[in-house]
Order: sequence, then structure tokens, then C-alpha cells
Amino acid sequence: MDILEFSAKLESEFEDLEKGSVTPATEFRNLPGWSSMHALIIIAFIDLNFDVILNSTELKEAKTVNDLYYLATKKNV
Amino acid sequence: MKSYIKAISYYLPPKTYTNENYYTEFSEVEINGRLDKIGVNERHIVANNITASDIGIKAAEILFKDYSINPKSIDFIIFCALEFDYIFPASSIIIHQKLNLPPNCGTMDLAVGCSGYPYALSIAKGLIESSGFKNILIITSSTITKNIHPKDKGSRYIFGDGSAASLISCRNKNDGIGQFIFGSDSNLHKSIIIKDGGARNPLTSSSYNDFNDNQGGITNHAHLNMDGYAVFNFGIKVVPNMIDDLLLKSNLTKEDIDVFIFHQANVFLIESICKKSDIPIGKVFNYMEKVGNTVSASIPIALCEAQKQGKAKTGSKVLLAAFGVGLSWSSTIIEL
Repeated sequence: MDILEFSAKLESEFEDLEKGSVTPATEFRNLPGWSSMHALIIIAFIDLNFDVILNSTELKEAKTVNDLYYLATKKNV
Repeated sequence: MKSYIKAISYYLPPKTYTNENYYTEFSEVEINGRLDKIGVNERHIVANNITASDIGIKAAEILFKDYSINPKSIDFIIFCALEFDYIFPASSIIIHQKLNLPPNCGTMDLAVGCSGYPYALSIAKGLIESSGFKNILIITSSTITKNIHPKDKGSRYIFGDGSAASLISCRNKNDGIGQFIFGSDSNLHKSIIIKDGGARNPLTSSSYNDFNDNQGGITNHAHLNMDGYAVFNFGIKVVPNMIDDLLLKSNLTKEDIDVFIFHQANVFLIESICKKSDIPIGKVFNYMEKVGNTVSASIPIALCEAQKQGKAKTGSKVLLAAFGVGLSWSSTIIEL
């Protein structure tokens, strides 16, 4: 999965966002309606697609969608 | 003779706390914040002067009445909870007295949280199949909302109070309560904890110093402190393996299971586990919407509802998967 596909799939996981609102540069915590539930959605999405479980420190340090993609692909080796 | 779950009843305190109440109290939490994925719409809340044994007794009284069970027929009572009436004696002794159980009835408290129901079933199975006892009463009960900080907006959303009473008996069949899997990740014991108030850290004024948890809520060491991210990660990591191990040990496949009932921690977590484990959502029975997470009572309450709604019937094979405080896990497969 490349970064663009990653962004698009993550956007569809969030369900209530306008198409195109999630890009690699998006700071995901600034998305409208952001809550701790979205963090769980991210954890489950990365686990299911990369077999990688992000811990709370990694998640806390990640700012952009690109950071998440980097963590997912770096740990999935 | 094989042990089996003969009957289950449950009790919920009358006072409810709805999502409407929640969003009025926590107006900063956006309604579109996807909390609906957790799957709770309302919870039942005990009054401050009511204990876990009180509501456990209510569930047992309903069980005795609904199934015409004579209390004198009970050989043993297992009370599974995290909130006990006294430091000692055991709350099961108090329940024994209030239910007027016979003098030759054994009593035991089991201090296990969300994983408690399979633990209690395994003890009941042992008493019946190894020691010849006939009727074991399991009471699983939780009054956790009394231990949640009023400003802990994560836990206030998830948890409710409730109790369930199960009668475990024996029958002349090959199937009933099956194999078990148990496990613990004790390194994560601080992930769900009330740190002060026990023997290690007695309550002091500093126990009530508030701090921010890592989910935007407020708590202190006299109240529940739950690391929701750690628990979620634990669930998606451990539960799929637990299910695979249990099926292997039971010489069964997922296709052989009619109904899957998970500890009702969070419907989104349950759905994530099912996606990972290739468990069809149609085979999963959840009952969280009207009760929330009721800790060790959650699985028997859901199982009771599954039977009431005809989703689990006599002869159904039901996989029970529990996980939580410890952090611990436990599971079994029962034939109804």
C-alpha cells in the first residue's frame, strides 16, 4: 500500500469526512470532530493492514498521516 | 456427568445515565466524535449506598424466582467482583446469609474483573465434574461507576453497573462447559488500576489529587485509572490468539461455533478483533447498548439476552471470550 492509498483508506475509515480531506500532510488531530475514538480507529486500521500495533507513545509523537504511514511500514518488516 | 449452564438471570439498577445526559454534562465532547462506535446508549448506575453484593443478591433472587430454584439446593456460591463489602469476611458469606442458603453450601469470593466469568465457570466445572457437587451459583457483579472520577469522561461513557446470576448444574450429556484458556500480561497491571485504598497504598489526602489521564479526562489515585489505548492494543493483540488456541484445544473450528460473545468492552474493539480473526459479525452477539461495560457481569448478561432473543438456543455452541483488568484473558466454549 502506498502513501496515497493509505491516506484514502484512512479517510474512509473515519467515515464522516469530505472526500480528499485526508492527505499525507494532514495533521490528523486537526481533522473536524477529532476524538480519542479516532485514535483507536487508526490503531485498528494499521493493525489490520500492516499487522503492526502502535503504542500510545508512538501515536502521541505522530503528527501527520505521513508519520503514521512511516511507523506502519517501518515496523512491518 | 457434564457441567452446563442451566439458567441465567440478571439485574440492572433502575437509575440510568443516557448519552443525552452525557453530552449535556460533557458539552465539550462533540456528538460527531465517533463515540457512537463504542456501542453504548445508556448505562445503569447504582446508588452510593448499594454494594456489588446487594445487586448480586437481586440477580440471584430473580434467578430463583424465574426458574423455581430452591435456595436449599445450592451446594456452592462463587461471587466474582472487584468491590467487596468488607476487607473480611468474604462477600459470598454475606450473600449466603441474605439468600438463606443452606449450612452445607461453600462460599468463595473471586477477585477477577472483566475476565471473571470463564474463571468462575472453570471453578464450577471442577466442583461438579471432579468433586460431585450438583448446583453451583455464580454471581458476577459490578458497581464500578462508584469508582469512576466524575470528570473521567472516557470511563463515564463506557461503564455501567449490573449483576448476573448463573446456575451451573450437571447433566447426562457429553457437552456442556468445555475447555478453557487463561492468561495474564502482568506487566500491564497498571493499565486498569485503582492505585490507592488497598494494603499497598492506603488512602491519604494526596490520593484525591486530580491529574489528566492520557485520553483527555481527569482522575486521581482514589479512582479508576484506565489507559484506554493500552487496553485496546492488548485486546486486538491477545484475543485473536486466545480464540485460535481455544479452538485448537477444543478440536473445533470457527465454523463450528454458533455464537461468539465477547466481554462487552467496546463494540468497535470487538468488531476490530472479528475483522482480524475472520469471525463473521453475524455470529457475534453484543449487548452493550443499554448496559455499557459491566465488567465481569457483561458476558452472562449478553448470554442471557442472546437466549431471550433466540440467538443462542439449546444445543448452540457459544464461544465466550473475556479480557481486561490484569491485564488478563480467559475463554471457554459452552454448549447450551
